[in-house]
Amino acid sequence: MSAPSPRLVLRLALLALGTVVIQEAAISQVSIFGISADLTPLMVMSVGLLAGSLTGAVMGFATGLLVDTVLVQTLGITSLLYIAIGYWCGRLRELRDPAHGLVPLAAGAAATAVAGIGMTLIQFLLGVDAPVSLLLLQQLLVTILVNTLISLPVYAAVRRIVQPALPEDPRRRRRRAYTTGGLSPLQRPSQRLGQINRGGG
Amino acid sequence: MHDKQVRRRRAVLALLVVVSLILLTAYFGESPQSPLHNVQRGIVQVFSPVQAGASKVLSPVRDVANWVSDTLRAKSNVDKLRKQNRELTAQLATLKTEQQQNAQLTAEVGLDQTIGVRNYHPVGANVIGRDPSLWYQQVEVDSGSGEGIALNDPVLADGALVGDVTAVDASVSIVTLITDHDYAVAAQVTNTAGDQGILAPSVGNPNQLLLQELPARAQISVGQQVVTAGFKSGNLTSLYPPGLPIGTVSSANPNQLYNNNEVQVAPTADLRHFSSVQILTRPHAANVRAQLP
Repeated sequence: MSAPSPRLVLRLALLALGTVVIQEAAISQVSIFGISADLTPLMVMSVGLLAGSLTGAVMGFATGLLVDTVLVQTLGITSLLYIAIGYWCGRLRELRDPAHGLVPLAAGAAATAVAGIGMTLIQFLLGVDAPVSLLLLQQLLVTILVNTLISLPVYAAVRRIVQPALPEDPRRRRRRAYTTGGLSPLQRPSQRLGQINRGGG
Repeated sequence: MHDKQVRRRRAVLALLVVVSLILLTAYFGESPQSPLHNVQRGIVQVFSPVQAGASKVLSPVRDVANWVSDTLRAKSNVDKLRKQNRELTAQLATLKTEQQQNAQLTAEVGLDQTIGVRNYHPVGANVIGRDPSLWYQQVEVDSGSGEGIALNDPVLADGALVGDVTAVDASVSIVTLITDHDYAVAAQVTNTAGDQGILAPSVGNPNQLLLQELPARAQISVGQQVVTAGFKSGNLTSLYPPGLPIGTVSSANPNQLYNNNEVQVAPTADLRHFSSVQILTRPHAANVRAQLP
């Protein structure tokens, strides 16, 4: 696990800044089913899935701090939640290396749920006397739904920005070889033999 | 090698969590004038031109999305608004006559007019930042002390009170909404008795406010308007002029009124979707500015 390249750091910094500006200046002011979508947990989730747990956690911390600062909120709350999102998504990649195209959809829903429920819990712990109103639950569920729907395009956009600066991953290279018909060490010997025989004529 | 990587990863994670907890604890326990708050305001000040620029650039996208949303809602609102228009037209004729009488009587009695809304100077501002969750009832606007805005100035949107200014810098202000859990304002119902109470938020529900501390036998019914009470007692003056619309009574259960002395109020302004505001700068601000060399 080497230190991230300056190119990757620059791209991630610009990505965090751009996402927070777009979120606060535009997305937060657009209502979909009575709520606003939240790009920031999806962006942190995508970075975690693409770059790993350490980068994901640092990105989560930085993005959360930026959100709290720009919105003049209690510093540290959003950072704490986004660290968890970035780290867990990174661990998911490191331990399972999920290849299915719909993984960002499930990860996006989970990230939004962690952000929403986590914020509610921390606010309760800080003594904000909020009743668990129906509207609060409704907002949480609708936000998860809307964020789930936009998680695939957000993941695609983040991958487009981040992936060119990521170091080559041997596991991904191997997977590309399998899907394009290359030799796999997990193939059954009979299949491998068949391929060799066919190749040998 | 692997162990070293695991240790490094865990150490960084622990460090980030600890820093977040320290920031949270320090910020939560500090006063608004503390160094951490000042640093935060400084960053907001630097960041606000970027945000204002992005808000202008992205406004067509925002407008298109809101247009679609508004169009879907507009159809269902037409009938309601037509009915309301008929009622208001009838009320307007009565109120014009009463306004003339009121002006004559005020002049005859010599009432103190220094806290009236006419003494406030409205400053327009655009919303440039908003939190998507229900937890932080704040918005950021693109006008600040340079335009004469001061702390605690009342803020209007859609013609009704939506909050007050809780942080101000040269070109940017933070407006805390009436649905914030720390907010309260003296308000009165426009019934014949003019019953007064304290309007507080129903936290977690931006569509609802509670008018509390009402007389148990108050004659309040659904649909009556709730406005700021406003007062002046010696040197002590209310932060808000009297008569600013806030909302309408949405539920007036007699049992709730008798036992808890409260009724529910729906805000007039759509607190989640307004994009521009009017800030009422206070009378003394003009005097202070006039004394500057």
